[in-house]
Amino acid sequence: MTPSPVVALSGITKRFPGIVANDAIDLEVYAGEIHALLGENGAGKTTLMKILYGLYRPDAGHICIDGQAVMLRSPQDAIRLGLGMAFQQFSLIPSLTVAENIALAVPSSGLRLRLHDIAVRLGTLSQRYGLPIDPWTPVWRLSVGEQQRVELLKLLYRQARILILDEPTSVLTPLEARGFLRAIQAMATSGLAVILISHKMDEVLAVAHRITVLRRGRAVVTVPRSEATAADLARAMIGRDLRPPPTRPLSAPGEVVLSVRDVSVREQPWQPALHGISFDLRQGEILGIAGVAGNGQRELAEVLVGLRRVTAGSMSLQGRDVTHATPREMIRLGVGYIPEDRLGSGLIPQASILDNLLLKEYQHPPFAYGPFLRYRVACAQASRLLSAFQVTAPSLHTLVGTLSGGSQQRLLLAREFSTQPILLIAAHPTRGLDAGAIEHVQHALLEQRQRGCAILLISEDLEELVALCDRIAVMYAGTISGIVSAAGADPATLGALMTGDRALCRNSLAEMPR
Amino acid sequence: MSRWLALEKRPDPLRWMPYLVPMASVVVALLSGAPILYLIGVDPWTAYRAMVWAAFGDLYGVSETLVKAIPLLLLGLGVGVAFRLGFWNIGAEGQFYLGAVGGTWFALSAPDWPALALQPLMLLMGFAAGAVWALVPAALRLYARTNEIITTLMLNYIAMLWIDFLVYGPWKDPQAFGFPFTPPLPQAARLPTLAGSRVHLGLLLGLVAAVILALLLWRTRLGYELRIIGWSSEAARYAGLPIARVTAIVISVSGGLAGLAGLCEVAGVQGRIQHGLSPGYGYTAIIVAWLARLNPWGTIVVSVLLGGLLVGSDMLQIAMGLPIAVAYLFQGLVLFSVLGLEVFVRYRVVWK
Repeated sequence: MTPSPVVALSGITKRFPGIVANDAIDLEVYAGEIHALLGENGAGKTTLMKILYGLYRPDAGHICIDGQAVMLRSPQDAIRLGLGMAFQQFSLIPSLTVAENIALAVPSSGLRLRLHDIAVRLGTLSQRYGLPIDPWTPVWRLSVGEQQRVELLKLLYRQARILILDEPTSVLTPLEARGFLRAIQAMATSGLAVILISHKMDEVLAVAHRITVLRRGRAVVTVPRSEATAADLARAMIGRDLRPPPTRPLSAPGEVVLSVRDVSVREQPWQPALHGISFDLRQGEILGIAGVAGNGQRELAEVLVGLRRVTAGSMSLQGRDVTHATPREMIRLGVGYIPEDRLGSGLIPQASILDNLLLKEYQHPPFAYGPFLRYRVACAQASRLLSAFQVTAPSLHTLVGTLSGGSQQRLLLAREFSTQPILLIAAHPTRGLDAGAIEHVQHALLEQRQRGCAILLISEDLEELVALCDRIAVMYAGTISGIVSAAGADPATLGALMTGDRALCRNSLAEMPR
Repeated sequence: MSRWLALEKRPDPLRWMPYLVPMASVVVALLSGAPILYLIGVDPWTAYRAMVWAAFGDLYGVSETLVKAIPLLLLGLGVGVAFRLGFWNIGAEGQFYLGAVGGTWFALSAPDWPALALQPLMLLMGFAAGAVWALVPAALRLYARTNEIITTLMLNYIAMLWIDFLVYGPWKDPQAFGFPFTPPLPQAARLPTLAGSRVHLGLLLGLVAAVILALLLWRTRLGYELRIIGWSSEAARYAGLPIARVTAIVISVSGGLAGLAGLCEVAGVQGRIQHGLSPGYGYTAIIVAWLARLNPWGTIVVSVLLGGLLVGSDMLQIAMGLPIAVAYLFQGLVLFSVLGLEVFVRYRVVWK
């Protein structure tokens, strides 16, 4: 390690209305080092890196690059200084080839587009760091993992010396993630500085040289890898010992509530289809859906609540055929839905708490009275729900967009549970929440299970799935590649199923309960 | 670190800002109009005084302001309710013309009916014609996913050309010495007016429409559905709201009110359809709706304000010999200021 750091942040503070996202954070990163930024969602990791990349301006503090105090007004400034950032959301143009995408990212000299030169240099780079890619393939034909590679090559092509990677493995399969981490190690070995944002303990422990833990906007601790243990890091991350996951009381699953048979959905551009999905879901049972994002989980959820049209196969709810039911019919039949994009479809940020709570019941008495709405009745009911589900809010007329993520999710649960659904589809219900809110949501789900609700839980968090579910189905490329009992599920089997590798896990799947 | 002016999100959008912004934008528009007037060679202060006096200075001025406010009120309510749904109806101008055609057709083909029978049906026809004209882009958006901004705008030109076809062709009054007029409406079709002025029944219709729309928006299921769809069509889909039905109803109302405005202009003021029946009321209505923040009560106030602006600009044209373009200039400046100042409702300026 060189004696002076390539990046030195000191006293970086950034306030957003209502919160301090970064509170006097110091951070030093050296050339040849993989420096992990570990922390829960909302701890301030991404904010800090956006400051370093010139996207946000700090309210206080200094940034030094190569020992020089710098003033970053925009990402252009940062790029000029050798910084490169890869975001969770890819910025590639699907219809263009890899080489063309790279060409877009580098300032061109002259009028001619020298795609061939770019391809040659790309070849050298991808060989040096172990990031194989065909420069002439259009990006839309690449897998998510390959697109991630292109993003990384883009930074390397621009000769970035300091790479900021924001949760790069969150969209990758375990196997792809391993390859990706190996490439990062190669980059560090060749002298680049890598800042790896992550909330995954195991990958941080596997590749990082040093680890800085952020919690609620503060840098809690920086430790070299050799002195770090998983337990210490977890404690630093959440500020207390990890509680054991909620225990799942035994219950004998009852009658079949939802029966799905060979359901398929035709492919649409940029969207994976569903092919021949079959499963049964019983009363008082939680069926987990595991899998890498984008393998059909969202489509499955939308099919089950009537938002997406089934092109083949059938579904029945308590013996009634619901293959072509509309969302409104499904709601009336007692299907609750916690969608993946809480603020996009589940809740309306510009609307009041009251209007949000009314969303699914406004057309029924006692709220509806002929063509009119009885707001007084609705207010009374809404207040009851708020206290029953411990949602803290200034008033019923507070706009939902101003609530914290945890309160928003509580509100959504309150609305979906208030009607006592017989089937609940929960897509990533704990994503982006802090530890306390996660516990609340998990307990609420288990309570519903005890009540006899059948629950389909879509999650990327394997630990959560194992803790909460009775059975776990794994989705890969629009199919269910296997269903295992949660009691006997081990990460290796699930991981193999997630990559669709049936051969790898055939032994462990001797019997696959449906 | 050097400091810069920057915009920052307000923790709580200010409560009084929504009312301040429309006021402030009129002031900003007048201020930024002053140098232009000065360059044309008119003293801005004299001009503004003359405008205000013409629009609000005496009973006649006020009545003329109200005459202009009536179409703006009906159109503004219609445009506003569509905007609330997230349907960018730029086609009020065309719906206005179609309403005029529909009602006029009825009045001209039943000239001997008594007023009490003729007028309600004529008004209904005006409403219906505007509604049907607006339903075309609504259906196209619902079933073919076309952009309604384009389709409603394009339909304006079609509507205007239809009017021209009618007044230069089949509906041309044979006694009008070649002018592009339809024959005058029968006396029974002329809307009753307020004693001695040109203020007609349309004012009452507009006020009633505002009350009904306010009730609809905040007291009914349909209004709730309308607001939800306008906020988030994703959430509306998720909750299984009848998006197509609500859109059809709301856009019918939107186009219908515009049609009613058109008919009232014919039956209440002009007495016949002629080329250039509307001096761009349908577009001014967009400014009205926006300035009123899509609020029916606000629309009443703003339509009178902009009606006054039109009367005032006419005054400039007649008394000071300024071109009519000055009126459009002020309208543009007002809309520009509203949109520009809108940002301060949610953001504040800070040094950082």
